[in-house]
Amino acid sequence: MKRISIIGVLALGAACGGEPTQTEPAADAAYQETLMTRLLDAQPGDVIEIPAGTFAFDRSLSLTVDGVTIRGQGMDETVLSFKNQVAGAEGLLVTASDFTIEDLAIEDTRGDALKISDGENIVIRRVRTEWTGGPKTENGAYGIYPVQTKNVLMEGNVAIAAADAGLYIGQSKNVVVRNNRAEYNVAGIEIENTFDADVYDNVATNNTGGILVFNMPNLKQPGARTRIFNNEVFENNTKNFGHEGTPVASIPAGSGIVVNSNDQVEIFDNDIRDNKTANVIVSSIYSAGYGGGETQDDFDPYPEGVFVYGNRFEGGGNNPDGLELQALKLALVGPLGRLPDILWDGYVDETKFENGALPDSLRLCVQNGESRVVNVDGPNDNKNPRIQDADDHDCAHEKLPAVTLNGSLAEQM
Amino acid sequence: MLRAFCIFLAVVLAGCSAERAPSPTFHPEKNPDTLSEWGVLSAREGALELSPGVTPYDLATPLFSDYAQKLRTVWTPDGQPAVYHASDAFDFPVGSIVTKTFYYPLTDNGEVAALPIRTVADGSMSLDGVKLLETRLLVRRANGWVALPYVWNEAQTDAVLKRTGDVTSLTLVRNDGGNEEFAYLVPNQNQCAACHVTNAETKAVQPIGLKARHLNKTSTFHPAFNQLDYWIAAGRLAADDAEPAPRNAVWNDEAASLEARARAYLDINCSHCHNPDGAADTSGLNLEPNAKGPALGLCKTPIAAGGGTGGRLFGIVPGDADDSITIFRMETNDPGAMMPELGRAVAHEEGVALIRAWINAMDGGCA
Repeated sequence: MKRISIIGVLALGAACGGEPTQTEPAADAAYQETLMTRLLDAQPGDVIEIPAGTFAFDRSLSLTVDGVTIRGQGMDETVLSFKNQVAGAEGLLVTASDFTIEDLAIEDTRGDALKISDGENIVIRRVRTEWTGGPKTENGAYGIYPVQTKNVLMEGNVAIAAADAGLYIGQSKNVVVRNNRAEYNVAGIEIENTFDADVYDNVATNNTGGILVFNMPNLKQPGARTRIFNNEVFENNTKNFGHEGTPVASIPAGSGIVVNSNDQVEIFDNDIRDNKTANVIVSSIYSAGYGGGETQDDFDPYPEGVFVYGNRFEGGGNNPDGLELQALKLALVGPLGRLPDILWDGYVDETKFENGALPDSLRLCVQNGESRVVNVDGPNDNKNPRIQDADDHDCAHEKLPAVTLNGSLAEQM
Repeated sequence: MLRAFCIFLAVVLAGCSAERAPSPTFHPEKNPDTLSEWGVLSAREGALELSPGVTPYDLATPLFSDYAQKLRTVWTPDGQPAVYHASDAFDFPVGSIVTKTFYYPLTDNGEVAALPIRTVADGSMSLDGVKLLETRLLVRRANGWVALPYVWNEAQTDAVLKRTGDVTSLTLVRNDGGNEEFAYLVPNQNQCAACHVTNAETKAVQPIGLKARHLNKTSTFHPAFNQLDYWIAAGRLAADDAEPAPRNAVWNDEAASLEARARAYLDINCSHCHNPDGAADTSGLNLEPNAKGPALGLCKTPIAAGGGTGGRLFGIVPGDADDSITIFRMETNDPGAMMPELGRAVAHEEGVALIRAWINAMDGGCA
């Protein structure tokens, strides 16, 4: 019987007893019970204020009540630390609508840091998610992770060292991602199977890939209509530390903005520089490294209606990740050259051809000064890689409307 | 202070009145601080006793919970029956109380053993050599089901409501004698709902095991009866469905097919989240009995698994369990990668062996 003990009681005892001998402030473990109770007792309209300090949790937190705000005192002042987590697949799991979280940090969770699922009208603002040991494969997958949500604002957040994506939104509708900073993640910012996302005024640097727009098969909804503009996407050259088998593990280090199997993506007015594989990559699931296996019958693997215009490119493409791309670069531009700003795998859906060519509405269109497209000829096992003629992509798509957030989020715009 | 005294007094009074046989008491709004106030179960004189009218039941294939044994009971008010449904959880009347008590046999060293131990006979279970950990309640109130976790006290005389859950450090002795320390989790009230909300859109808490296919078996407690028939005979269940009730296999009954046993195991352990409307529909993986193809995980790429892939490419690679993410997630104890996400801290070796055999018996591979 003696060997059965309750960790909570021990921790509480430790917090109460004796002189503190630590040289650095210890995380407060007793607060776990307080915050859990607040979350369980929450009523719609409640604002749960978390004071400044570092608070330790050994289990995940969750909230299921609509209309709650969780507010800390700043992303460097209020820190929820999960360094000693023993249970739960995330730090904080929210399954509720009309939810706002702001001004705090979630650190060192075993799985995802902040997951918000099945909710509408969600604001995530000035939240930091971080694995404090820097980029490591054993870090949790996602920093900020709304999924199956509608009407979502993510702004002013900082996401560091996620082993998948720092800021990720999946299977959602009507999303604004702005003024965030993502660094040292595998994917900095990822928009996946989501309709109508505006991604602007963000900084993505030192990730493996800066900003990703993906469609994955076998899910309830595909995605389309993403605008990526006014972002700074530079030096995303961190070695890929994702888990083998995850889609992002196939992202080459040095990828600026990547569109994979997604449609109607507009990339404009960004500063994109020094991403050593390519500043922009447009690809299908076939060349994504995880393209094997079974997919649902109606999955569309082709990226269609992608429009790149008016970006400021600089450097990049000079040292692509992987032997195949290295060889391709040597063959096309020599040891000192650099690949064009836009790398395309060359897959097109021939069943949609009209008069022997893809209709304009589905083409990859580029109106970006001297920037060119390199077609790596994926469909023919890269036998005939080539730098495309400017004419090949000299087209324009109708511009997408701005995303409008609805209801209570409208006034945040 | 006055309030604390009143609670104290209430506990004392409840203790005094415990000489009478308690009877189940539905609390329509208040969440009593102690399990005994529900009047369903009581620990007295070294035995756990079921109050009159409280029916013990079990499942053909149960959820694995760190080798804990479970005593399940159901009670409905005024003899009102639950209403049968062929695939969903039965519809219980307001006032119903369902309990699940988690316990282990203790070794002489105070470790807990991964062994089955006695269960209830004639409404009572001896507590000799038994460690009661927690009793989870599902109570059917007017607005729906509510989940409440009660943690047994050290004296094993009553359990106390612990809405924020608990973590207890235990040492498990496996059947092969191997020792393993682990953190036993009592879920907090939201974590109860994380499993019992089987439809992520309606967010309604539902029983998981109280479905025809799990209950359709010979009664452990009245072996002359099929369990569903016994419930009907005892007035606990009303059924006018002419179709025979579906039946899941017993996971470790080698007389049943590997396919049936594996699917029964995945159903009870996974499908409360992994169903087309469940919390894990974000993954596109469906482990209900009727799922097939990539939805069942066959050659399916993961979506947001992170470290849960274990470096493997597909959910299930037919014929190759060692290359299947499913097996990795069942074997790992990393909270960020394991499946189920909650409710286990050690791997279920026998369960993993079953799913491994099932995958290895499949034809094929993945392109």
